[in-house]
Amino acid sequence: MAAQRAGVGQGGSVDIDEGAPAPNSSLRRSGDSAEVAAGGGIPAIEVSHVTKDFAGRSAVSDVSFSVARGEVFGLLGPNGAGKSTIVRTLGTLLAPTSGSATVAGIPLTRENGVEIRRRISIMPESPGLYLRLSVVENLECFAGLYEVPDPSGRIDRVLRAVNLADRAKDVCGILSKGLRQRVALARALLNEPEVLFLDEPTAGLDPVASRDVHELIGALGRGGVTIFLTTHRLDEAERLCTRVAILNRSLRTVGRPDELREQLFAKTLVARTLIPLATPDAVFAGLPAVTSWRQDRPATYVLAVSESAVAAPAVTRALVAAGADVLSVGESPHSLEDVYLELINDDEEASVR
Amino acid sequence: MTVNTTRVRAIYRKELREYRRNGSLVIGAMAVLPLLFVVPSLIDVFALPASSASELRNGDPLLYMLGIPAIVPAALAAYSVVGERQQGTLEPMLATPIRREEFLLAKALAAIVPSLAVAYAVYALVLACIGLFADPAVASALVRGPEIVAQLVFTPLLAAWSIWIGIAISTRSSDVRVAQQLGMLANLPSVAVTTLVAYDVIHATLGLALVLAVALLALIGIGWRITSALFDSERLIAGAR
Repeated sequence: MAAQRAGVGQGGSVDIDEGAPAPNSSLRRSGDSAEVAAGGGIPAIEVSHVTKDFAGRSAVSDVSFSVARGEVFGLLGPNGAGKSTIVRTLGTLLAPTSGSATVAGIPLTRENGVEIRRRISIMPESPGLYLRLSVVENLECFAGLYEVPDPSGRIDRVLRAVNLADRAKDVCGILSKGLRQRVALARALLNEPEVLFLDEPTAGLDPVASRDVHELIGALGRGGVTIFLTTHRLDEAERLCTRVAILNRSLRTVGRPDELREQLFAKTLVARTLIPLATPDAVFAGLPAVTSWRQDRPATYVLAVSESAVAAPAVTRALVAAGADVLSVGESPHSLEDVYLELINDDEEASVR
Repeated sequence: MTVNTTRVRAIYRKELREYRRNGSLVIGAMAVLPLLFVVPSLIDVFALPASSASELRNGDPLLYMLGIPAIVPAALAAYSVVGERQQGTLEPMLATPIRREEFLLAKALAAIVPSLAVAYAVYALVLACIGLFADPAVASALVRGPEIVAQLVFTPLLAAWSIWIGIAISTRSSDVRVAQQLGMLANLPSVAVTTLVAYDVIHATLGLALVLAVALLALIGIGWRITSALFDSERLIAGAR
């Protein structure tokens, strides 16, 4: 993905020029500012109480969230959680059973389907290329469907953006999965979308191909394109997304990855001592800031606290008073994966009950 | 509803490119099938003596070739939607601004143009072969002006009807081969009628030709509407109703 540079084009266009390092600046939409990306203005996507049933079975239920323009928004969830259903619904491919939404500022109705699809792009999980046709022939078809002005110039630019200019004449059937994914991404960029839906963009890709796709998504996000990414790869979401939502048929939570960690795990302290405490209950039970505790490993104690800033000094003092050799007392380090597993496990436990 | 010709043209061009690259479809549906249809009959025609000419004048034997525009496009049309679905290209296609009607129209055009080319080319080849190799009396009994006009008029009508049946089956099918077989089966009535006319079981008259042409035009209109109604993008993408 090297040797490209993007500039701010006229009238909302994506400029992709050659000659400067990429990917961090390889694609950019004009008219999208940092303020807008930070959440100001009309949201790129607004979803309100959307439910989608198939044959009486709920695929997604009462989902509400909004995505700011220029934001990279991640939708996480296990298989069958309804991620693709949400993408297809917002992409006007499926009609919601109930609820409402706006996409690219346009109300999601059957009548507005063509106009919405003009302004967005969807890259489905499977690239969906015509394998007997060449890369450029695939893109020519979609350039026609989007009525792209100067299609050959535009195709040339998107191919350079995904670093496939030298494979333009290759038949798609001979390309590797990673290269096909890049062609699908080039196809999704043809119409300079305001909102780009990426459904599991790195599913089945090897680490190098995944990294390439990540770099391109990062570049698009920095360029101001609103990106709606579904994935079950938590590292991918944590690295790329400004905010994530966790979906398991209904929406479990929405927020920045660090906010979610804070919400779920900030009230947990981990205390480590050199040797196990003889009577840990006597040490922790009397502390007003500690609501409960458990022993994680022989000399590691996980404490549920009302407020970690108050509890940490009290716990340290209590350990010292009990004669323990304290190695550390601090907030427990958690990843987005912990947040995800906590929420999804809650759902699984609830369904068992 | 307005039809966007740029979008229709984009799919039409893509379809023709795919036909060119899909050797088995082109050779099977567009070459082998028509030849299997005409070669045995041609061999019989070449062997006919001049004395059989008067008997030939009682019927319209070459009208059996109308079976070609009834059968050839069925295979192409039956592939049109389920083929896209099976190779995973339907969802990206429908995620573009294309309307359902534009998509179906482009598919129908892409099926009818090569089908007409094949049907007319095979008919011209048969006429040329008869002119060159059949007994002159047999040739003049077989090649007649009204029959040629009927062939030229009914070829596109039968092809269009066959295409709407094929696409309608394709929208509701989940397997390409099943769709193609059903498409062929669904066109057997058309083949049966043209064969009965060719062998004078149903006597061809101008009135009958007009009635059949009007009936086919009406069926084509109905077929277009039914196919549009059957095209449920939600079911095609999510596999559910």
